[in-house]
Order: sequence, then C-alpha cells, then structure tokens
Amino acid sequence: MIETRGLTKHFKDVRAVDGIDLSVAPGELVALLGPNGAGKSTTLRMLTTLIPPTAGTARVAGFDVVRQQREVRLRIGYIGQGNGAGHSQRGRDELISQGRAYGLGVRDARNRAGTLIESLGLAEVADRRVSTLSGGQRRRLDIAMGLIHSPELLFLDEPSTGLDPQNRANLQEHILALRARHETTIVLTTHYLDEADSMAERVIVIDHGRIIADDSPARLKAEHVGDHITLGFDHETDAAAAASALAALHPERRGARLVIAAQGAPRRVPGILDDLRAAGHPAAEVEVTRPTLDDVFLKLTGRSLREGGAAQEPADNPDELVEV
Amino acid sequence: MTTLITDSRTVFSRELRPLLRDPFTIIFSMVQPLVFLGLFAPLLPDNSLQWFVPGIIVMSCLFACSMTGSNLLFEIQTGSHERMLVTPLRRPALLIGRALKEIVPMFAQAALIVAVCVPFGFRFEFAGAVLGLLILAAFCIGLGALSYTLALASKNQEWLFWTVQQTLLFPLLLLAGVLLPIENGPGWLQALAKGNPLSYVVDAERALFNGEIFTSATLSGLIAAAAVAALGLWAGVRAMRRSD
Ligand SMILES: Nc1ncnc2c1ncn2[C@@H]1O[C@H](COP(=O)(O)OP(=O)(O)O)[C@@H](O)[C@H]1O
Ligand SMILES: [Mg+2]
Repeated sequence: MIETRGLTKHFKDVRAVDGIDLSVAPGELVALLGPNGAGKSTTLRMLTTLIPPTAGTARVAGFDVVRQQREVRLRIGYIGQGNGAGHSQRGRDELISQGRAYGLGVRDARNRAGTLIESLGLAEVADRRVSTLSGGQRRRLDIAMGLIHSPELLFLDEPSTGLDPQNRANLQEHILALRARHETTIVLTTHYLDEADSMAERVIVIDHGRIIADDSPARLKAEHVGDHITLGFDHETDAAAAASALAALHPERRGARLVIAAQGAPRRVPGILDDLRAAGHPAAEVEVTRPTLDDVFLKLTGRSLREGGAAQEPADNPDELVEV
Repeated sequence: MTTLITDSRTVFSRELRPLLRDPFTIIFSMVQPLVFLGLFAPLLPDNSLQWFVPGIIVMSCLFACSMTGSNLLFEIQTGSHERMLVTPLRRPALLIGRALKEIVPMFAQAALIVAVCVPFGFRFEFAGAVLGLLILAAFCIGLGALSYTLALASKNQEWLFWTVQQTLLFPLLLLAGVLLPIENGPGWLQALAKGNPLSYVVDAERALFNGEIFTSATLSGLIAAAAVAALGLWAGVRAMRRSD
C-alpha cells in the first residue's frame, strides 16, 4: 500500500525527513511516533502529494506521489493537523462538496454525508457553522470528510492532539471501528505514547527525520527495555542472601532491593517468590515494572517523549510500578 | 466523472455557499458602488455615462477578484486549503472556482448598475455587453489566480498580501483609464498605459457596451484578457505544486 525509498525532504538547511524507507501492507494500522519536529507531518505531506520530496521515491496505493498525483489523490483520505472544514461553512455543506470533489453525484454525496454524520455522532451540529463547533466535534467532522469517498488508505496527522481524554478515547474508538468495518489501511501520527500503544499494531518511531525503530509495541518494549521485577527486603543482608539464591536470574542488588530483568515478569513472580521462601529469604515486597513506549524512546535516543520532557528522567527510573 | 468544469463548479459553489446563507454582506457590497455612482454621476458632463459606466463595472470586478486570495489566507492557516489540495480537484479549478465566486456577484451588480443608469440616458447593446463581460471574466480569472498565488506566497505573513495587493491595484486602475481618460495625460503615462493589459480590456468594454462588436478593440481586449488568464493559471498551478 505504501512503499518508500530514501524519502527525503529538506527545507533550506533543515533535514525534516532524512531518508525514510517504509513499507506498509494493505490493512495495517501503523502509528508514526515521534516528538514535535521529528518529521511526521512532513512525511505524511509527501505521501499525500502535498509537497514534492527533495530526494527518494514513494508509491502510495500503487502510484508514484510525484508523477501520478491524481491517481494517488483519488485513492487516499487525509486528515491533516489543522481543520479540514472551512470555519465559515456548515459541516454538511462541506461534506457534500468534499464528496463532489471526489466525483460523487449530488445525490450520492448527500446520502454519504448523511451516513457519516450519523455514524460520527454529528447529527446535532452538522447544520451549524463550523466555527461554532467544539474541538472534538470539529475533529470528527474532519474525519468524516476524509472518509467521504471510502478511501482504501487513510492518513491522519495527530488526530487527537488538543482533545480532552474523553474526546480522545471517543475518536480512537471511531478510528478502530472504521478499520474493523472496512479494513481500511491507516497511517496515523501521534506524539501520545498511550495512543500509539493502544491503537497500533505497528509503531514506527521517528526522530530527526529518520526511522529509529519499527515493530509492534510489545516487541519494541521487549526488545529495547524489557520487564523488570524489583524485590524488596527488610535488610541488605537479606537481599544479599536472596541474590545468591537467585543467582541464575542475574539479579542486580541495590541496597535492600534486587532488580531482575525478566521477560513476561508477571507470570514469573509467583515462582520466584516460592523459590525465595523455600530458600528461607522471603521477599517483603514486590514490584513489576513493564516498559512504556517512552522507555523505548528514552533507550533509543536518551530523551523522553513525554510532554515537555527533554531528557530529564534518568534511564533507570522505573515509572508505572505495578503492585502485586 | 469529473472534468475541469465540474471541478470549478464544485469549488465555486463551495465558496459561494456561505454568502448565500448570509446574503446581507452580498447585498451590501452590491449596493455600495451604486451609492458611489449616485454621488459621482451628477458631476459628470452630459453623455459621459456612456464612458463612465463600463469603467465602474470593470473597477468593481477588479476590486473583487483581487481579493480572491484574502479568504484563502485564513484557510491556509486553518488547514482547509490543504484538505482541498489533497482531493483530486484539478488545480486550475481551485483557481477558477475561487475567482468566479468573486466575479459572479459583481456581474449581478453590473446588471443592477446598468438597470439604474438606463433611465439617466445610458444606452447599451445586449450582445456586446455580454461579450464584454465574458472578456472581463477571463481577465478577472487571471487576476484572481494571481491573487491566489500571492496568498500562497505570503502565507503566515498577511501584511505581505495586503501590501502587494494595494500597491499594485491602484496603479493598475489608474493606468488603464478606468476613472479618467488617459488621452489627456503626458506621454510617459500613455506609454505605461500601453503596457497595461487592463487598458485594452477597458477599451474593449466601452466599445462593446456601445455595440461596436467586430473591432480591433474587441480583439485586443480578448487577447489581453486571455494572456492574463493564462499567466494567472500558470503561476497559480506552479505555486500550488511548489508550496511548502
Ligand atoms: N514548510 C516548512 N518550512 C520550513 N521548515 C519546515 C516546514 N515544515 C516543517 N519544517 C521543519 O521540519 C521539521 C519537521 O517538521 P514536522 O514534519 O512538522 O514535524 P512533526 O510533524 O513530527 O512535528 C521541523 O524542524 C520543522 O520546523
Ligand atoms: Mg506534525
């Protein structure tokens, strides 16, 4: 569905996208994850024919994004970072003219607009001026516009940025439902870790215009960070004794605590606790740390992806402790 | 399937729709030049309506279509222009549709101006007037497309759009003899007017409204308008392709 080779875009001296090789199969849901300025939007803008690449090639839905722009445009939907619907327009009008732009007849465009208004929960606001809609409503309207021609491939640039958590969840549900129903291939960008984690089965991490990792969230986490089990003891001596009992697991001792890197940690904890008890050094407390995509990003770049977070967390700070 | 014409119509009706839903602004802007005319015409010597009315029509069309890019500035910022660029709409249709949205209300206004002036002795030939308006429309599509191009070039810098638009519009008008005849001016001014494509369009309008259809003025006006239209569409499409 998408095939790029050395896709590159330079703005004067900014290397916004710096040689991206990407291949997306039909039906995939892919999230491009990266901090602001990583080059996500620029990548999407090249793939949607909005800007010509400085170098490299891209085929989208079977056609070249430079030489066969019209063919590409007919087959894709694009929901940009801004608002697709004109602020002085009414939602339904915009949907209909969007349908006309894709060659639907007046009647079909009207019907399709009606269907989308229903399914995206816009019935009450579709005949109001777009400028009077809330952020969440406007975003759903943008999505409806991107879907008017039932594209086989949909690009969404930061679909949920700026929305409150409830609207964000609502929007994610709509996107997932769309995919389940029509098997649309979806490429979205986000800088929300949880969004990439929960929605995409493939996450492409982008930094400084390059792909630095590309895998399922689970495998990214397992490969780059992995689970950790932290065992707490009453005294350092207990910890030291426990460490020798568990030597096969290569525990790392930090004072009265042992940290063990262990894949599938939650399933292994009961066994480890039993072993410790049998050895006469029962643990006083247990914590299982499962990595987030932020940990993955931190590991790969030395910087954190969290909002406003540029390299302030030390690498061994376990966040998201799960008590057992 | 779509064609350049259906695409232009799609863009045109999208642009026009908010106006139709809120017709007050349109009515207001249409009545404005009538007031202007009402204050100005009594000052004119006898029979000069014949010379003056086509000029007024050209002027209001010019003002309108030079604003084609101004709505665009906002839509570039909000993202709806980008959304339209991703659709398969033909690029020239984006230019033509937007320019037509400015021109068509002005043609309604032209009809109004003519209707108001006839009782005061204005005479016109219908076929000539229609041909005149078509030539004017071609010129205005070109100018509208240039205004669009200017908006693309000045995105994120609105002042640039307004500065260039204002700086160019008035010399363009004055150097075409729209409001005052050029013939009485000094030689250098007449030479400048000869280089101004709008001069030929205005001359053609005056001849055509008078019913002088098969004249060299018509031909020159047609060529000037077609040249501006071609230039505008070329520049606009190129700017869309290259715009970052
Ligand atoms: N039109 C442009 N002109 C100049 N620089 C740009 C332009 N668009 C993006 N950039 C720069 O390219 C880099 C990547 O931007 P972008 O693709 O928008 O990142 P992201 O979407 O990941 O936040 C940034 O440094 C940005 O400032
Ligand atoms: Mg972006």
